[in-house]
Amino acid sequence: MNGGLSKLWAKDGTKSVLASLISILIGMAVGGVIILVVGVNNPNLGLSGAWEGIRLVFGGLFSTGRSASGALTFGFNPTSVGNMLFRATPLILTGLSVAVAFKTGLFNIGAPGQYLMGTAATLMLALSIPTETVPAPLVWLIAFLGGMLAGALWGCIPGLVKAFLNINEVLACIMTNWIAANLVTWMFDGSDFRNLVENTKSGYIYKTSYNGVQTAKLGLDKLFPGSQVNGGILVAVLIAVIVYILMNKTTLGYELKACGANRHAARYAGINDKRNIVLSMAIAGALSGAAASLYYLSGNTEFFWSTYQSLPATGFNGIPVALLAASNPIAVIFTGCFMSMLDIVGLQLTNLTAYNEYITDVIIAVIVYLSAFSLVIKLWLSGRKKKKAAPEPAAPATPPDGAGEARNAKGGEAK
Amino acid sequence: MTFLIQQTLLYAVPLMIVALAGVFAERSGIINLALEGIMIFGAFIGVLFVNLVQKAGTFAEAKAAGDWVALQGFMVLAMLAAAVMGAVFSLLLSFASVNLKADQTIGGTALNLLAPALVLFFIRIIANQNTLQMAEGDSASWFMIKKSFFGYGRSDEMGFFGSTFIDKTYLATYICILLFVVLSVLLYKTRFGLRLRSCGENPQAADSLGINVYVMRYAGTTISGALAGMGGFVYALTTANCASTGDVAGFGFLALAVMIFGNWNPLNIACSALLFGLFKCIAASYASIDLNGDGVFLLADLGISPHFYRMLPYLITLVVLAFTSKKSRAPKAEGVPYDKSTR
Repeated sequence: MNGGLSKLWAKDGTKSVLASLISILIGMAVGGVIILVVGVNNPNLGLSGAWEGIRLVFGGLFSTGRSASGALTFGFNPTSVGNMLFRATPLILTGLSVAVAFKTGLFNIGAPGQYLMGTAATLMLALSIPTETVPAPLVWLIAFLGGMLAGALWGCIPGLVKAFLNINEVLACIMTNWIAANLVTWMFDGSDFRNLVENTKSGYIYKTSYNGVQTAKLGLDKLFPGSQVNGGILVAVLIAVIVYILMNKTTLGYELKACGANRHAARYAGINDKRNIVLSMAIAGALSGAAASLYYLSGNTEFFWSTYQSLPATGFNGIPVALLAASNPIAVIFTGCFMSMLDIVGLQLTNLTAYNEYITDVIIAVIVYLSAFSLVIKLWLSGRKKKKAAPEPAAPATPPDGAGEARNAKGGEAK
Repeated sequence: MTFLIQQTLLYAVPLMIVALAGVFAERSGIINLALEGIMIFGAFIGVLFVNLVQKAGTFAEAKAAGDWVALQGFMVLAMLAAAVMGAVFSLLLSFASVNLKADQTIGGTALNLLAPALVLFFIRIIANQNTLQMAEGDSASWFMIKKSFFGYGRSDEMGFFGSTFIDKTYLATYICILLFVVLSVLLYKTRFGLRLRSCGENPQAADSLGINVYVMRYAGTTISGALAGMGGFVYALTTANCASTGDVAGFGFLALAVMIFGNWNPLNIACSALLFGLFKCIAASYASIDLNGDGVFLLADLGISPHFYRMLPYLITLVVLAFTSKKSRAPKAEGVPYDKSTR
């Protein structure tokens, strides 16, 4: 056997990638099976309808609609690819948010709330600072930073109660989510930010472009004509790299990870675990806030303000993004793109067939379910390898990824 | 006052039964974060059952003849269907966390994502919209207990007790309360209950005494799933006019909070469920609460934003948890996958 290849195989990262790929494949297969079963049992769809659905699930990104004869056509679709990058922008950031918390042994299910607070702060700043006196790029920057700050403050709350009162962060996050949903609705209810000019649209806030504030396109719209893509994706990638450096190359990142691996051991080593828990949640919150800022500063997105009954899916979808990436900030860029690709698939399914976009949510849920035992899949992968090449030394014990850390931390925690 | 008590009970009972569902899972050592998802799934199954049976016309005669006993039986059947499918759905969680030793928090989150996705996918295909409703009529006309059933006329008074606890109530509420009592006794006064609880405290010791920890954990999670599924349907039936929308407004998570606030103890849980039910009731209908019947709607007259009342249950949860978390005593082994080799 090739020496380089087996070395690559022995690396833990390879197994993580493989485990994620297996999860993705199984998830999409489950989606395909559901489509098949529904199609066969539904007279409107039939086997040919199901076949179209399955082809779209796997190749929806490259769907170019239907030909004159009604058959699905596939090819490079710059609009879809551009929209995928646009939708990936917030997903990458919420994914990073969940990933950073995972590394500190926290499960940040509060991303939707932080996202909402970021949305509110960004929109208010971007719409209320007059662009006649302040240059628009500066307003953009202020709104972006304001969104991050609002998210960070909101993320602090679960962090604080976790660190000082030992309340389970999952529960605190869920409560802050719903409080945020009500608070944001309250803030916008009766405010001047509501779009009353275009009376065809009720319940929406002005686009930020109404005040002349929007993210620069940076030529990306030329590359992907007809799509919503803008420079935000580059900002998101940049932030991912910064988070990678922060987590892997700095003392702070090391301390955060030490707290995640074993909070009590970290304290014994002289690390202020409480401060680090709050800090980790604040960083996570800032990232979720940034996700909202970049999404709504694009200038072509509108916020439905009466949101007290629902939480933004972008926040929750940060969880699968982070899990699939095994909490690696660089991998988050790719898994974020994958998730937004599923989004596009859902759109194509709704537009082109009798199926609807919720099937992609099912696929995502199955992927999350599988990543709950990605450790098992990884062990199974190394077990197979051992059988194949018995004399080779066993693969090093898999260091806990985000999921494992969250579990380890549970041990010492009185919920 | 009658209105307030009835509304509070409507909200408190699903909370109570779902919180007990959480207790069964956690006492056996599994964190059931999927309560919300199982509720959504149970609500969907129950509503679908009602819808399909109505379309088949099985109970159409009973409805036409005003045979309310048969209609109550129909409702109980729907509750059973929701419970069975809730239990089946929860097997996904037990399989992942018992057999595969997966992370229970993430497994539960997966179920919470899966339930609304699946439910909405099917609702959209079945009903071509985002809500699945009863095929005909509404939950009040089909399933509500009314004083006319007992020979009272339209203008007859039933007295305070009758008009509060019998007129315009649902049998489901009382079934849930009865189940709550029976299952609490099961958990605390029987051999099975003791064994189940031992698996959540010290599974190694339990195993060494010949108790099959895996079976007990499966049992705990399955009972939990059945109760949560039923609770989800009861919630949809009594507060959402028997409609399924792939959403139970965070009730599953509130139930978790009730469970923690109630310190994993049924009596405390019943009390805290009533408290939360009261806040939920205030949030939902603060404008029509008339405490002493003098026509003054106190809460509406205060002029506080409705958004504040809606926020209140969640805010109170957080504050209450802050005060009680130091004292709370969770089952020791919850969330830790049982590994025989660590015995």
